[in-house]
Amino acid sequence: MTSTTPSTGSTSRAPVRRLGDRLFAGTSRGAGILIVLILAGVAGFLIVQAAPAFTAPRADVPGGHGVVAYIAPLLFGTALAAVLALLIATPLAVGVALFITQFAPRRLAQGLGYLVDLLAAIPSIVYGFWGIAWLAPRLTPFYAWLADHLGFIPLFAGPASVTGKTMFTVGLVLGVMILPIVSAISREVFLQVPSLHREAALALGATRWEMIRMAVLPYGRSGIIGGAMLGLGRALGETLAVAIVLSASGGIVTFNLISPDNPSTIASNIALQFPESTGIGVNTLVASGLALFVLTLAVNVLARAIVNRRSQFSGAN
Amino acid sequence: MSRGPELKLSTKSRVVPVTMALAGTIALAACGASNESGNAGAGGGNSSAPQLSGSLNGAGSTAQTAAMQGWSAGFSAVQPKVTVNYDAVGSGAGRTQFLAGGVAFAGSDSPLSDDEVTQAKTRCGTDGVFELPNYISAIAVVYNLPGVDKLSLKPDTIAKIFAGSIKKWNDPAIAADNSGAKLPDTAIAPVHRSDKSGTTKNFTDYLSKAAPSAWTKASADTWPFTSGEAANGTSGVVNAVKNGTGTIGYADESQAKGLGIADIGVGSTFVAPSPAAAAKVVESSQVMPGRGKYDFAYTINRTTTSADEYPIVLVSYHIGCVQNKDKTTADILKSFEGYVISPDGQQAAAKAAGSAPITDAVRAKSQTAVDAITAGA
Repeated sequence: MTSTTPSTGSTSRAPVRRLGDRLFAGTSRGAGILIVLILAGVAGFLIVQAAPAFTAPRADVPGGHGVVAYIAPLLFGTALAAVLALLIATPLAVGVALFITQFAPRRLAQGLGYLVDLLAAIPSIVYGFWGIAWLAPRLTPFYAWLADHLGFIPLFAGPASVTGKTMFTVGLVLGVMILPIVSAISREVFLQVPSLHREAALALGATRWEMIRMAVLPYGRSGIIGGAMLGLGRALGETLAVAIVLSASGGIVTFNLISPDNPSTIASNIALQFPESTGIGVNTLVASGLALFVLTLAVNVLARAIVNRRSQFSGAN
Repeated sequence: MSRGPELKLSTKSRVVPVTMALAGTIALAACGASNESGNAGAGGGNSSAPQLSGSLNGAGSTAQTAAMQGWSAGFSAVQPKVTVNYDAVGSGAGRTQFLAGGVAFAGSDSPLSDDEVTQAKTRCGTDGVFELPNYISAIAVVYNLPGVDKLSLKPDTIAKIFAGSIKKWNDPAIAADNSGAKLPDTAIAPVHRSDKSGTTKNFTDYLSKAAPSAWTKASADTWPFTSGEAANGTSGVVNAVKNGTGTIGYADESQAKGLGIADIGVGSTFVAPSPAAAAKVVESSQVMPGRGKYDFAYTINRTTTSADEYPIVLVSYHIGCVQNKDKTTADILKSFEGYVISPDGQQAAAKAAGSAPITDAVRAKSQTAVDAITAGA
């Protein structure tokens, strides 16, 4: 204690800063500022390029009813496809993560983990081809059955698509695409559940499922939500797979998942329309991109907020 | 979905001079001779055919991608030191780039609009632009209906099918066009393009002119209805038609193999799509009046009644300046366009892309434009 008194006196002076420290501080600060600048640059570009679409006469905008009427169905389609994907992927991903962390023998668990991660490495266009060439034709009898037997539910009102290029197929393809993201993050969180929690639950006489329900899931909830939100972000922005699979003619809002008439998604619509567009058409597409940018940003901010709030009182503390 | 990469055929154009030189030195008469004749035929307007060097940049239509590969390869035999770069960014983007002065020529599935013709005056000077119908392709109406191998459809019937007012294959209107055929009670699923495309524009243009009472929408490169199956690109439509039952769509004739192809009602008969019939209908079409002297933008004769013409065609143009500021660019452009419209060039495109070679009458008109390409001003 006595020896520390003079040393605190010395550290109250400016700390020693070597060249490396200054370089490191400078570059990391620069990188941080650069990120903000890039984001601001993209936002600025979108706003400037989109502006003419908002000021142009409504009849000049593609579709002929103004930019809001053009973007609204696209926004709806984007959200519908992404939510559908999330509904399909999240339970599956949590199941996969639970199996890998709680049930599987260690050796199998590792291999399975790699396999699921591998799904994330497949390019989206490959998923698109898989969806259109393999999945969609096999689903058409199923859609016909749904339309015949469950047609009273608006989701399956039909008429069923004969090619299988439906919103439901898109949801399945997107679900498979975001599965590895959600499951990887859930897995990491489940692995961090303190052994004491699990052992305590088991010691109190809980079965394995009860242990998972009482110890693992509450601890991992923030991780599951965070992973799901990241997956949602990917599903919202997915372009090529949707462009290849979805039969979309734009301009409609419908919850009918199995008919050939679907709203398009923003990203795929841009990919499909941009090459042959000129003038106001391009501005309108950029405006739809701006809408997607805002939506994605909102989803990510929300995800952050949820994860941060939950982490305060979750688990071991 | 071919956001095609730039076609750089420089490697190929470097190989060819070597083989030509070899042919010369070892005196392989046959090989040398064939190269010579290629030269002479392709030279066209500039009979002296001096050896040029440099590069020519074009951008535009994705429909021309395959044909452009054929032309670039063929042209490298004529002008080994010239590289032709073609960026398949889409017709609209190609025209924009050309008007902004970024590229020497544009490939476009539709001619310039009146607005763009005016803009082109500032880009090219008073002589304006040339527009040459260099790529002609028949659009086939393809279908997949087990048990029906032959189908004939009148324009009105096609319009009603694609507009959704005819819903079953055994509809009386279809039966009337196909007397004696056994048509099943299957629902019709019309498939259209989900991307903006020149194919859609030409198909809807055909419907609006040949079946004005049944098809009330104007021609557009985006499908005018929100219903029906949609698929991305020609390959997407072909795939969707193939995978579904009772499907019908429209696609480039060269890509329609393995599917049923409908004969189209022309006058009192039915005509199957073929390169010859597609080229013939362009020949019988009118050049749009009131444009430049070398502006061969055609109003396609969709309502033809001649039995050797097929009215559903896609015409893709090469658009460039008649007067070019740069001498090298002018020379290369003239030589390249001369090759493209030559029988050799048209054959190269037919081989590479399955397009319809232009007829001699169309070539004669285009040749006047090629001959007029100059440098100066």
